[in-house]
Amino acid sequence: MSILPSSTITAAGAAASTSKVLQATLALCLGLLIVGIVGFSHIEAVHNAAHDTRHANAFPCH
Amino acid sequence: MSLFRSIVFTAVLTGIIVGCAASVFQFLGTSQLIAEAEVYENAGQAKEAQVAGSPSPDAHAGQAVRHHNDGEWKPADGFERMAFTLAANVLTAIGYALILCALISLRGKPVTWRQGLLWGLAGFACVMLAPMIGLPPELPGTPSAPLADRQIWWIGTALATATGIGLIAFQRRLWAIVLAGALIVAPHVIGAPPAPEGMHALAPDALEHKFIAAALVTSLLFWVLLGLLSGMIYGRFEHAGQQAT
Repeated sequence: MSILPSSTITAAGAAASTSKVLQATLALCLGLLIVGIVGFSHIEAVHNAAHDTRHANAFPCH
Repeated sequence: MSLFRSIVFTAVLTGIIVGCAASVFQFLGTSQLIAEAEVYENAGQAKEAQVAGSPSPDAHAGQAVRHHNDGEWKPADGFERMAFTLAANVLTAIGYALILCALISLRGKPVTWRQGLLWGLAGFACVMLAPMIGLPPELPGTPSAPLADRQIWWIGTALATATGIGLIAFQRRLWAIVLAGALIVAPHVIGAPPAPEGMHALAPDALEHKFIAAALVTSLLFWVLLGLLSGMIYGRFEHAGQQAT
């Protein structure tokens, strides 16, 4: 069993934590993008395709 | 990218189930009420077209009720429209589940279906309950303020409410609760962009009330299911990940 210096362990933990935050933030942005397109796009064809969903979910609609 | 994969897998699975379930409720409720309202909307437009030559107050007022789909592509009524609604519901559910799971992950605490349910109820409060105080779910043919103004108010209200709920749930200190209260109330003090004065909805009030009730119940079921499944599925991934390390 190898013993790592505590500074190495701390650095590795911080890197893993940063990576998790980045991945979660990326997922958050992807979710916002999808909801943004379906619920808020001003493109008329997108509005028409998602029309009933927009009204039912109380997204502002024409 | 194991965490990202877990979140995406949870969101896609949850989104497909929740989107399909919400679509069934919508086809039985809100979609039928929208179709009824469109009969009134089309009749209103036909009437307006008849008086278009004479500059009467009615003809002028009709400009504030935005017309749907003038000359643009739209899915044909029936199967095609239902298929697009189903797809839009699944995408909406995937999008919301991605946001929910990402926030659960950023919170960094273990999650089960119980916590998932609470997250789902918080989501319902942020994107349905709070915005509907100022901008209730509308049937086609309802007069309203410009779209961009309403969208800005809606997004601002959802963000302020989410921040307020987050402060109450995770800080639990006096300053946080005061700030949360201010954030939750502020959008309603500012007020939603008002509809033009002197306008009235083309559909009867009774239809509008039925639609609001149906949309509210469907949205509650949507978020309860979304929270439960997100918590359950994402919780299992988390548990498996912890055991593997």
